[in-house]
Formats: sequence, structure tokens, C-alpha cells
Amino acid sequence: MELISNLGIGFGVALTLQNLFYCFGGVLLGTLIGVLPGIGPVPTIAMLLPITYALPPVSALIMLAGIYYGAQYGGSTTAILVNLPGEASSVVTCLDGYQMARQGKAGKALAIAAIGSFIAGTFATLLVAAFAPPLAEVALKFGPAEYFSLMVLGLIAAVVLASGSLIKAIGMIVLGLLLGIIGTDVNSGLQRYSFGIAELSDGIGFVVVAMGLFGFAEIIVNLEHTEHREVFTNKVSGLMLKWSEFKEALPAILRGTGIGSVLGILPGGGALLGAFASYTVEKRIAKDPSRFGKGAIQGVAGPESANNAGAQTSFIPMLTLGIPPNAVMALMVGAMTIHSIQPGPQVMTSNPQLFWGLIVSMWIGNVMLVILNLPMIGIWVKLLQVPYRLLYPAILLFCCIGVYSIQNNVFDVYLTALFGVLGWLFVKLECEPAPLLLGFILGPMMEENLRRALLLSRGDWTVFATRPISAVMLGMAAILLLIIVAPSIRKKREEAFQEA
Amino acid sequence: MTFIRNPKDFWAGVLFIAFGLAAVIIARDYAMGTAGRMGPGYFPRGLGIIMIVLGLILSVRSFKLRGTPLQFGSFKPLLIVLGSIVVFAMAAPKLGLIVSTVLLIVLSSTASHEFRLKEALISSVALAAFTLAAFVYGLKLQLPTWPWFIQ
Repeated sequence: MELISNLGIGFGVALTLQNLFYCFGGVLLGTLIGVLPGIGPVPTIAMLLPITYALPPVSALIMLAGIYYGAQYGGSTTAILVNLPGEASSVVTCLDGYQMARQGKAGKALAIAAIGSFIAGTFATLLVAAFAPPLAEVALKFGPAEYFSLMVLGLIAAVVLASGSLIKAIGMIVLGLLLGIIGTDVNSGLQRYSFGIAELSDGIGFVVVAMGLFGFAEIIVNLEHTEHREVFTNKVSGLMLKWSEFKEALPAILRGTGIGSVLGILPGGGALLGAFASYTVEKRIAKDPSRFGKGAIQGVAGPESANNAGAQTSFIPMLTLGIPPNAVMALMVGAMTIHSIQPGPQVMTSNPQLFWGLIVSMWIGNVMLVILNLPMIGIWVKLLQVPYRLLYPAILLFCCIGVYSIQNNVFDVYLTALFGVLGWLFVKLECEPAPLLLGFILGPMMEENLRRALLLSRGDWTVFATRPISAVMLGMAAILLLIIVAPSIRKKREEAFQEA
Repeated sequence: MTFIRNPKDFWAGVLFIAFGLAAVIIARDYAMGTAGRMGPGYFPRGLGIIMIVLGLILSVRSFKLRGTPLQFGSFKPLLIVLGSIVVFAMAAPKLGLIVSTVLLIVLSSTASHEFRLKEALISSVALAAFTLAAFVYGLKLQLPTWPWFIQ
């Protein structure tokens, strides 16, 4: 049983006192920031990333993964108690979770979200452990042509599965690719798009892009709204579920886990898609669909399990192919490069400690989430009572110090502010920033693989069609595009996003 | 401009075209090379052209497809938040983290419609203390802490 011996390596790494500490610290900090209204996992990770720079690579990644789960779970807490989703995947949790809170069942909603997340996390971790090695083995045989086509497929699938206008999303990817080119060209040594600015010769830091587009822009947009929010903070009691309630929720948890795990692997999926799909399924198969939106426990249990499962399985394409399926994984890829680990199929063989340590610590992180969150829920609730007018200046501060500390240079702070403006403009124009971040991370890799593939084929573009794996991937990308352009399916897709 | 039926798409298209044009124009000095021996200008110029095409499709389509109007509301939050970040960036290297923390918190607080000066001042002092404890002593960031004339 190779799986068990591999997991053994992982437990050996993850259960060291040091790594347990960082895992715990990550989960704690992630929840702490994630619970703050209006901050999703992406700005949370970007904000906390500088803390991990000084750590050894394994500990840094374990901590970041912990931050991610923490932020995800913190977001659900906010969704249930304030009806304010920190990120898109908690939108669904708001629907029934907030209603449960209004009926005085906030404690039960939080408990079922934690239990569901734990069950889903356990299953998804096993899935990652089982499927990552064979996938990585296939990926090792990929040449530059296959890699280029895979990235095209990944990027196209990411925008097809996301909501919103397709052309805008593709435009955002291309813009991201262009931004990723800024800096010194590795082959010619030429400075591209750096305008003679010394700070730009190493390119733009991905934390700068993420923090500006997701962190600053979000705050500015939130400040434009002035409506009052109702927080259910004194009604959180009775975390204990009745056995009958658990039995009611369990099938939804299991279905959510399955849906989330599968959809999480897909590019663009991650946590979001699973949550939406699970809610739709639960509503469809419920005996009494009218209860949904009025505090149905399944409406919390299903999507919460699905988003946690998806959050976990979205590590599969990142770890095995080095291709981030969503914005959070794009940040993880960036974090790995900072520790000079090139994500891809070779990580598992060249660095098994890191690979298996990370996978096992995913599960340990989930255990910690349950242990941490249920007893500490009172503290998170206190945090929610902090009004936004006190909160956002503090968030701005942490973002600024974080960006400033990356290279001890305020140029990055100015640049982040610039991306803040751009992000604000994108919100106004309804352009999703996530595809831009994906393109930004993949830009240099894509150019390099395109260059190598064409060098090997002596400039013959047909290489992408004649190499079978590459042809299949490009074909799939084309089919995806055709499907989405076909009017009947486009309508269905809009309905699906509308409904949820 | 009533003939633009989808202003969000129209202006997104214009933005894309502008970025695409900038990419192509700046890259005009970068060697193009051939497909088999790509120069540094090959990939960015290709991307720039795709960007322009996508922008054109979006803008032209916006005359036909109806969309929701573009709404800006108040520019106050944008300007204040940006202004306070710029002040932080200007102050930090000379005046140090503690003073710039106070500046950032007090200035950015005014962007809220519930702004209260006394509260903002208290919060700025508290956060400055937190910055000192967490970032300077805790994480040991190598950033200037105090104004240059004190050190």
C-alpha cells in the first residue's frame, strides 16, 4: 500500500511540533481575518503571506493551507451571522444560514457547517492523496506543447465555469498574461514594459496584484454602500445538534461532499461552483423545496460541505500540474515560487516531504478547525460586533505593512494602490478580477512553453494539433467555448447562477 | 450617449482596447523574431492584438445588447482610501511605521459616513501599539520604526 506509506511520510512531517504549531497558527489567523465581514480568502491569504516568508517551505505552505481553510470557515460564520458573504462561495450559505440565525438557530447552523466541512475535508484529503500521484505521473510525460495546451484549456475552463460575461473574462485573462510579462525577459535579458523603473525589472509581485484587486478595491466598494447591517450576536447559543437534526443533514453533507470534490478539481471550480451546485441539488430533491431560503438545515449543510471539499480538491491540479484552477491556488503557486519551489509534477518526487506533509496537514487543519471554531465561536462573534468603520482602516494598515515589508520598498505600496483603482474600475464595469490573477501567474510559464514548443517544431504551429494529448486538450477547450456560445446552454447557465 | 445600450460593456471594451494598444505600441521596439525563434516581442504583441480584438467585440456589441447603466455614486471613498495609502507610503520610510500607522488610520477613517474623530484617534493609537508589538517586536520586520530625527 503505497498510499499508506506516503501518508506515513506526511504524518511524519505534519505531526512535528513546529508544523503543528504553524498549522494551528494558520487556521487561527485565517479564521480571525476571514470572519471579518467583506474579506474573502484571497485578500486574507495575500495579507498574511508575508508572515510565512521567513519559514521553511514546508511550514510556510502548511500555514498557508491552514489560513485558507480558516478563511473559508470564517467566511461561513460571517455569512450565517451577518448575512454578508466574504466571498462568492459563502453567498449560498447566507440564504438559509442567515434565516436559521434569525430563527434563533445560529448555533446549530454554525455547528452543522463545521461538522459538514470536517466530513467533506476528510474525504477530499483522501481523494487528493489517492489521485495526485497518478495524475502527476501522466503530467511528467508532458512536453512544452502539451503544457501550453493544458494552460489554454485550464484558463478557458476557468472562465466558462465562472459567472459573468465570457468575452470580458477572456479579456481579463489576456490582461493578466500581459501584466505577467512585465520585467526582464529570461531569454533576451530585455526589460519589457518596465518604463525604465528599476523596481519593475523583476516584474510585479503577485501579492501586489492580489491585494490591490481584491483587498483595496473591495474596501472602497464596501464604503460606497451605507445600508445598516443586522448582526445576530447575542442569539448564538445551543451549538448542540439534536440527533434527528444531524440525521436530517447527513445525506446533504454526503451529497455536498461528492459534488464539491468533483467540481473542485475542475479549473475555475474551487469552492464556489460546488456550493452553488450543491444548493441547487438539495433544493431539487427536497420533499418540500419551499423550506429553502427559510432556514432549511440542508441548505447550510450541503453547500458548506461542498465548498470545503472543493477548496481541498482544487489543490490537485495545482500540486500535480502546477496549474492553479482558481485565484486562491494562484496565490499558492506564487507562494511556492517565493520559496523557490517550481510547482508541477516533479514536486512529488523531488520533494515528497513537502508534498505529503502538505496533504496530511490539510486533514489536520480540518480537525483543528472543528476543535478551534466550536468552542471559540464566542470570540468570533465578538469580532463581528466591531463596526466596519473601525475595521477597514485596520485592514488597510495590515495590507500596507504587508506589501511594504515584502521588499522593504514603498514602490510596491504605490503600485498596490494603483491596482486598487483598477480593481474598483473593474467592479464598476463588472469585470471579474479572478481570471486576471490566473493569467498573471501563468503568463511567464505560458510564454516559455509556447516558445519551447515552437522552437522544437521549428516554427510549425501544427505541433499543437498533431501531438495527440495537446490536440485533445485544445479540442476540449474549443468545445467548451462552443457550448457556452450556443444560446440554449447559455440560457441554462444564466438560470443556474440566477437560481442560486 | 443613448445609442450605447450597454455602457458597462462599452467602457470595458474601451479599456481593453487601450491596454491592447499600449501593449502593442510599447512592444514595437522589442524584437519580433519568428515563430521558431520567438523574440521578446512575439508573445506580448500577440496578446496585445487579442486584447484589441476582444475590446472591439465588446464595444461594438454594446450598441446592440442592452445592459444595466454604469453607476459611480460617491467618489469620496475612492479618493480618501487612495490618498491615505499614498500618505502612508510617503511617510513610512522617513517617519517610520508608528507615525505612518497613526496617519493612515485617522485619514482613512474619514471615508466612512459614520466617522467619529475621537474614535479614530483612539483606534489609531491602539493599532500603532499593535503594529509595534506584532510587526516590530513579534515578526521583527526590518522596517524603519520611528521618525528619522529620533533614531
